[in-house]
Amino acid sequence: MTLEAQIQTQPPSTPAWAMLRTLGGIAMISGLLVALVYQVTLPIIAENQRVLTEQAVFRVLPGAVSKRDFVINGAGGLEPASEGASGELVYGGYDASGVLLGVALTGSAQGYAGPVNVMFAYDPACACIIGSKVLNSNETPGFGDKLDLDPAFLANFAALDARLNAEGTALANEIVTVKHGTKAQPWEIDGISGATISSNAMGRAANNAAQRAVPAIQRDLAWLMQQK
Amino acid sequence: MAELPNTEERLTPDTFLRGLWEENPVFVMLLGMCPVLAVTSTTINALAMGLATTFVLVSSSLLVSLLRSWIPKQVRIASYIVIIATFVTIVDYAIQAISLELYAALGAFIQLIVANCVILGRAEAYASKQRIMTTLVNSLGMGAGFTLALLSLGGVREILGNGTILGISIFPADFQPWIVMILPPGGFFVLGGWLLLFNWLRLRKERKEAEQIGVTAHAR
Repeated sequence: MTLEAQIQTQPPSTPAWAMLRTLGGIAMISGLLVALVYQVTLPIIAENQRVLTEQAVFRVLPGAVSKRDFVINGAGGLEPASEGASGELVYGGYDASGVLLGVALTGSAQGYAGPVNVMFAYDPACACIIGSKVLNSNETPGFGDKLDLDPAFLANFAALDARLNAEGTALANEIVTVKHGTKAQPWEIDGISGATISSNAMGRAANNAAQRAVPAIQRDLAWLMQQK
Repeated sequence: MAELPNTEERLTPDTFLRGLWEENPVFVMLLGMCPVLAVTSTTINALAMGLATTFVLVSSSLLVSLLRSWIPKQVRIASYIVIIATFVTIVDYAIQAISLELYAALGAFIQLIVANCVILGRAEAYASKQRIMTTLVNSLGMGAGFTLALLSLGGVREILGNGTILGISIFPADFQPWIVMILPPGGFFVLGGWLLLFNWLRLRKERKEAEQIGVTAHAR
């Protein structure tokens, strides 16, 4: 007997317990399945996340073979990222002999179509930003991806000045994106004409990231260099 | 869906093939347009979306078919949605486990498979009335049809919009990609093109059949 035939021969009202039984039963099956899959995939997803971050760190800090995670603590210094520590993460990149090559910072700014999240490499030796990689963005294909591919634009991040002021509390000069072809100072980013909003976002992201992380990095630099 | 069988359908090759061509969910029934337009900017995204939807379609149809005599009519839509949402959550975790880049590329459209009317439509119109075997074959066919449609859009859009297929460059270096094709309007252009082709093929077939009948009538 098909479902339709059954329904037609049944009295018009279905008893409430039948509906409860069905919905409860389905919710139980559903909960079990979701919990099972969640448990199975959780370590794999965490591992994927770790590999993805590590790849990004190694990409902005060429030569790095190991990374250590640090958080910026409430006192404005750095501490190793552990279970209990909360705060913004920065990643120290070390080469094979344990020398600190640089620190990877993440910054975010509103672009043309949503936030642009970028990872920057900060080199404490020259007090400048030496690399960048867009982690994710919704920028228009063909325009927004110039942020990662356009060699002229990437040249801005060869040695972008991120020196601190005399007190060591903030950058001496705010990092800004300027109109294409008008870069005059080492802390300015030469914008991309045709992708103005995206390249401006990149400048703001760099400024945000550096303003927050660089004072902490410079404060605990000696300690940071001993880690590996 | 012109003729919905009132009784249980017999398993024939047509049970599978209908989803591919005659009742193709995208090109004929025009269901599930949202992912069709949104995630077909590259072939790989289209393929992943098609496979994810197929998995949800097949698993939820199977479960609906299995429980069909146990689900009262009054709560059937709620039951179907819970079942579909379960499998969508599973697919969501699975894609994150397979590749986080793919997960980022597909974005919210994985979760939105819940609202894909191909799946609810199949549960309501087919799986709730049919045996498990026919449901399995039919939903596999529908899933294959949906994947095929996504691939037809994704392939064309990637070739024209990016000059590549599956990430491999196929044009000489001086080819200037039509960026509009990987932007939302490109989705509409390509979908329009495919619909034109499908409707033209169908009309031509119908006209031929009509002529055939005319010829036999004259011959009498």
